[in-house]
Amino acid sequence: MKHYEVTFVVDPVLSGDEIKATEKAYEEMLKNEGCTLVHVDEMGLKQLAYPINKRSSGIYYCIEFTSPTGDIIGKLELAMKRDERLMRFLTIALDKYGIKYNADKRSGLIGKVKKKTKGKPQDEAAAAPPAEAPKAAAAPVAEEVAETGSAE
Amino acid sequence: MASKDDIKFLSNPTIGKQSKKYCRFKKFGIRHIDYKDADFLLQFINEQGKILPRRITGNSLKYQKKVAVAVKRARHLAILPFVTDLLK
Repeated sequence: MKHYEVTFVVDPVLSGDEIKATEKAYEEMLKNEGCTLVHVDEMGLKQLAYPINKRSSGIYYCIEFTSPTGDIIGKLELAMKRDERLMRFLTIALDKYGIKYNADKRSGLIGKVKKKTKGKPQDEAAAAPPAEAPKAAAAPVAEEVAETGSAE
Repeated sequence: MASKDDIKFLSNPTIGKQSKKYCRFKKFGIRHIDYKDADFLLQFINEQGKILPRRITGNSLKYQKKVAVAVKRARHLAILPFVTDLLK
């Protein structure tokens, strides 16, 4: 079982339904290939740091999934490359720390703390908790998996 | 006799004392650097969006490499700019 995370940017010119359909299409594709979706993060409309295809914003999605083999990645990336609705995509393999980090983030251990602190010294202190509380975060992951399972 | 409170310094005695740099990842046990977290990565780039060297940030080699990869991933996804001015 390998853990992956694919982040992609959808063209904001599309209608809301089309954007949802784009995201759902990749979810379906992953499920059909025997992957288990761990979490789908809708990061929403964001300003791009630089214009892409004359667009200055994009809708970000992040799908975390596990795959029994890595064969799906090639197919997924080919499909994304050919998809004109997507502006950018990035697939990465997560190591154990990455999995832990994402689980912590979902259970609110990381995101909350960082929002409060913008300053440098506070941020450093705030960034510490994730490492201390990985065990507490292990349970939410199982729930997430169960939820996605029932959604199917 | 002058007491301790009466001693005045002409200049601030803390000036010139360098605090030792340290690797924040090692110190606080951060094992994974998220490329989607722009606010965090901003600490490791300068105003032009260039990655700061280890001699400034104090990162250990292991984590400096990870920071560099995370910044590059963020740039690809347009979370951070490749080149800019007045980023901060």
